[in-house]
Amino acid sequence: MLQTNLKHVESEAQYNEILQNNENVMICCGRMGPMCVPVYDAMEDLENEYPNVKFYDMEFDIPDAHVIRNLPECRGFMGLPFTVYYKNGKVVKATTSLQNYEQIKEILDAEFSN
Amino acid sequence: MEDKQYDIIIIGGGPAGLTAGIYSSRAKLKTLIVDTGTIGGQMILTFEIANYPGVQNTTGFQLAKTMKNQAKSFGCDILSNVKLTDVEFKGKIKSVTINNKDKYSARAIIWATGGRSRMLNVPGEKKFKGRGISYCATCDGDFFQDKEIIVVGGGNSALEEAVALTKYASKVTIVHEFDHFQAFEHAVQEAKKNPKIDFIMESHVQEFTGDTSLEKVRIKNLKTGKITEMTIDGAFIFVGYEANNDFLKDKEIELNDWNEVVVNSNYQTSEEGVFAAGDALAKRYRQITTAVADGTIAALNAMEYINRK
Repeated sequence: MLQTNLKHVESEAQYNEILQNNENVMICCGRMGPMCVPVYDAMEDLENEYPNVKFYDMEFDIPDAHVIRNLPECRGFMGLPFTVYYKNGKVVKATTSLQNYEQIKEILDAEFSN
Repeated sequence: MEDKQYDIIIIGGGPAGLTAGIYSSRAKLKTLIVDTGTIGGQMILTFEIANYPGVQNTTGFQLAKTMKNQAKSFGCDILSNVKLTDVEFKGKIKSVTINNKDKYSARAIIWATGGRSRMLNVPGEKKFKGRGISYCATCDGDFFQDKEIIVVGGGNSALEEAVALTKYASKVTIVHEFDHFQAFEHAVQEAKKNPKIDFIMESHVQEFTGDTSLEKVRIKNLKTGKITEMTIDGAFIFVGYEANNDFLKDKEIELNDWNEVVVNSNYQTSEEGVFAAGDALAKRYRQITTAVADGTIAALNAMEYINRK
């Protein structure tokens, strides 16, 4: 399990349930590596600022992470983490590799502002 | 606008800033650390740390977390992922404004903003970041199993990571701008004896191209001017570091030609009461241990400065 203060997605069933029950979701799928840790950290800080968004992480190497790894929107991704943004269960944005706080905020504002 | 008073404000939360925070808050000085990114700085970007004395083997993430908790345990306030809007370095009371609204004042400032990996700044580099271009072999190496890649650079990182990447890649070509490497001889020898590694010397990467993922690189030979195109699956870039001092351009603080902060023997900058530490400084060796030493010295001098006033 990833050592973050975020809520973790640990199975495909939980993933489906989260997407079914929440309008705006951001999931960062990675490891505890140099490019991933800053994204988790930014997400932890952004949780309070965006109460309308549910923030989760998911361990890249668990078998059920295929739900992220095999998304068509992640085809061609070759840099961790894979970060995916969902609105009403549909992928609206996906990024590969490190994104900083400002870049993440920009996406949240663009995709999830009411 | 909120205004909070501190004794010392440290700008930057890498090993230098955190160490300065530990020393000053332990000395009962009201201390604030602000960072525009994740606390830990470049430490976070290091997977394994095996040469930090007293700690046998750790990760950058773990060491950063320990230092952060240590600073907090002494009462140091820490703010991460903030936008640094303004810094007033002049006068007896300095001020730091973040997020365009929160103003913090202090009697001394320690500038410890560290450095960042240098980019090549060539066409296609941004577009293919994470789609074939990487800056972290440990993170992304396994995406390149049995693929052909290039490593750009000629220092220790480039040579060591090129060797490490041969665990995955079928072929690694090192592209370097000079006719010799800057890396330590043992790293050069390791790379040279590896049958999977080729070398293209005295050459510059000009452009990365592809459709949705990286497919080709254009390389210019600096001696002949000849440009060749190479089909590749990936590129790892290790071309050194630069100081995070962009904010100081056009400010009172003296910088050298490489945009690094110039300090005196007390780690004080050209502005009284403004000290600097870590990779933001003009110095030769950039290690966690040297940043920690800088942070200690800067904090002790800042404390002495405050006590004298």
